[in-house]
Amino acid sequence: MSKILIRGAQVLGGEPQDVLIDGETIAEVGTGLSAEGATVVEADGKVLLPGLVDLHTHLREPGREDSETVLTGTRAAASGGYTSVFAMANTFPVADTAGVVEQVYRLGKESGYCDVQPIGAVTVGLEGKKLAELGAMHESAAGVTVFSDDGKCVDDAVIMRRALEYVKAFGGVVAQHAQEPRLTEGAQMNEGIVSAELGLGGWPAVAEESIIARDVLLAEHVGSRVHICHLSTAGSVEIVRWAKSRGIDVTAEVTPHHLLLTDELVRSYNPVYKVNPPLRTERDVMALREALADGTIDIVATDHAPHPHEDKDCEWGAAAMGMVGLETALSVVQHTMVDTGLLTWAGVADRMAHTPARIGQADGHGRPVSAGEPANLTLVDPAYRGPVDPAGFASRSRNTPYEGRELPGRVTHTWLRGRATLVDGKLQ
Amino acid sequence: MMRHLISAADLTRDDAVLILDTAEEMARVADRPIKKLPTLRGRTVVNLFFEDSTRTRISFEAAEKRLSADVINFTAKGSSVSKGESLKDTAQTLEAMGVDAVVIRHGASGAPYTLANSGWIDAAVINAGDGTHQHPTQALLDAFTMRRRLVGRDTGLGQDLAGKRVTIVGDILHSRVARSNVDLLHTLGADVTLVAPPTLVPVGVEQWPCEVSYDLDRVLPKSDAVMMLRVQRERMNAAFFPTEREYSRRYGLDGERMARMPEHAIVMHPGPMVRGMEITAEVADSDRCTVVEQVANGVSIRMAVLYLLLGGNEPAVTHTRPTTERPAHTVLSDEEK
Repeated sequence: MSKILIRGAQVLGGEPQDVLIDGETIAEVGTGLSAEGATVVEADGKVLLPGLVDLHTHLREPGREDSETVLTGTRAAASGGYTSVFAMANTFPVADTAGVVEQVYRLGKESGYCDVQPIGAVTVGLEGKKLAELGAMHESAAGVTVFSDDGKCVDDAVIMRRALEYVKAFGGVVAQHAQEPRLTEGAQMNEGIVSAELGLGGWPAVAEESIIARDVLLAEHVGSRVHICHLSTAGSVEIVRWAKSRGIDVTAEVTPHHLLLTDELVRSYNPVYKVNPPLRTERDVMALREALADGTIDIVATDHAPHPHEDKDCEWGAAAMGMVGLETALSVVQHTMVDTGLLTWAGVADRMAHTPARIGQADGHGRPVSAGEPANLTLVDPAYRGPVDPAGFASRSRNTPYEGRELPGRVTHTWLRGRATLVDGKLQ
Repeated sequence: MMRHLISAADLTRDDAVLILDTAEEMARVADRPIKKLPTLRGRTVVNLFFEDSTRTRISFEAAEKRLSADVINFTAKGSSVSKGESLKDTAQTLEAMGVDAVVIRHGASGAPYTLANSGWIDAAVINAGDGTHQHPTQALLDAFTMRRRLVGRDTGLGQDLAGKRVTIVGDILHSRVARSNVDLLHTLGADVTLVAPPTLVPVGVEQWPCEVSYDLDRVLPKSDAVMMLRVQRERMNAAFFPTEREYSRRYGLDGERMARMPEHAIVMHPGPMVRGMEITAEVADSDRCTVVEQVANGVSIRMAVLYLLLGGNEPAVTHTRPTTERPAHTVLSDEEK
């Protein structure tokens, strides 16, 4: 593999530096590096980050290849600056056996656009009744370390306790989709002022908060770590903050859309805003931003959830829940966190690469940008401004809530172990 | 006047008063031997009902026929919809047949809004009830009934409901009738109080332009109209209240409670009534109960809405000043003028 010289990039937003990639590795970081024998990428005014890591992606394969495949999903990931994604288990069949997780892992290897680390289901068929063979999935070629029934909550307290305990044997972590099922029967949107007016079934904040409260206490009791998926309310932030202050081993993620959008958008009855957990209020959005800034929320995860057009081109009640997010995540984070002064680019690298890689044990990802490290990198033009155009997405699906919205920042290059997957915004 | 009727909240005071006044004109047609106007001759209206509702559908159908529209009734049961056809395809199929207006009843809140705003079709959309969201023609017919009874049939013309005190009792949480009425009555200047067990009041109600009370007996003496909503027995199984008997005792309207209302106050119900649950037979059959009038008024209101949305700006009914009840009106349709 040849050499690549990234010239004059602001590494993690710092002073301009040159970064030389040799083969799969970062060979040198400094100023005035020789370009001899190297392809030069001029990075004036651009920010260089470690390749992003998404702990929460729905790649839909196997089973719903009409909405996304591992190949199209990883192309979308590379477009968005990601070099590693964790594929959620709610496929058809469910990723609850070594066979299914190995299939997804193999498809990821074949795609070549980014590393795919399958997440295993906690319970058989995501039904919350019986533990899946967690150990077998861990020992498989896929080496699963993150387990989640995402899309459904592990609501049985005993099953959750057992899962938290069991995965300690091999250092795994359970990622909880916190949604008390009885409190959210028929739920269509955040329960509050807007739902009362629109006559849509309410998804109360307490349905999330009560599960998080229970699970951090369970984690404390059995001495396990727990990860909270897509935390969405101000109250959840308070509970996680309290748990961390007690020394409980809890981590939490927030999605880009929960950092920006509110339930006021549902007044349009446009199903592109239908998502689970639902869009909350302005107060929640502000609390989530603050919590991401102060580290109460550890990471940003996309919950990239592709759906075919027909599943969104219908009345609200019949529409599927979810939004694509891989290709807009960094722009939304720049808009809501960097441009507002809440987070530096080094902070972005921490929340979107270092820490998600650490939580998911994604070897070789989320590493410092320094000599000897794997060349998993992403280059961002933070000065770019432009409307989101879903027609240009690499994802097979177009269900973005940002169509036509002006967002800052654009990923121009992505390198996966020294191989360019994205050059000047074009997939390679 | 707007192109669609989706929500009572979309109506201005003047829009609403115009509809009520037009409905009074339409009501005169019902008093004639031949209850028909040529206004919508050659126009096609489809009644697109995804939810069973015989009462509302028949009311719309009567209104459409009295305006001489061609009427197509489409019910979801046994149709292509039950075979998985989408709302979009159903709507486009109907539009391809040359429909001028779609009257839609749908179980999903927002379906009429989506139909009107998605670009799927060009026809005017009239919401005949969507999920637990809105039922604007019901609110209009209720306001019409109140104006007639509390202000007067002739003296009410051009008037709103300023200062009238309206109490709405029952399952507010699941009621599109309550939502529509709160919006419209507020626009018309009435003071609304909702009465229900706390379990049947939505979270977020504090932003509605009305009062909320859990105590029916305290509100009754201060009510000009009391609207009882149907309470479905299934709600009991979802723990909204302990038993039917307890609900009736606390929130049902019986003769004794009715006696606490002011002399002039009326009892309303959108139907169908569950006698013995929210209302006793004694109240339902009393002179103060307007349930049958509401049905008749529903036809007039729906005629007015269809006429105003489809008929253009020409008067539907022209007449010399209505000093008497003489049916001496000259009727002219758009084409004839």
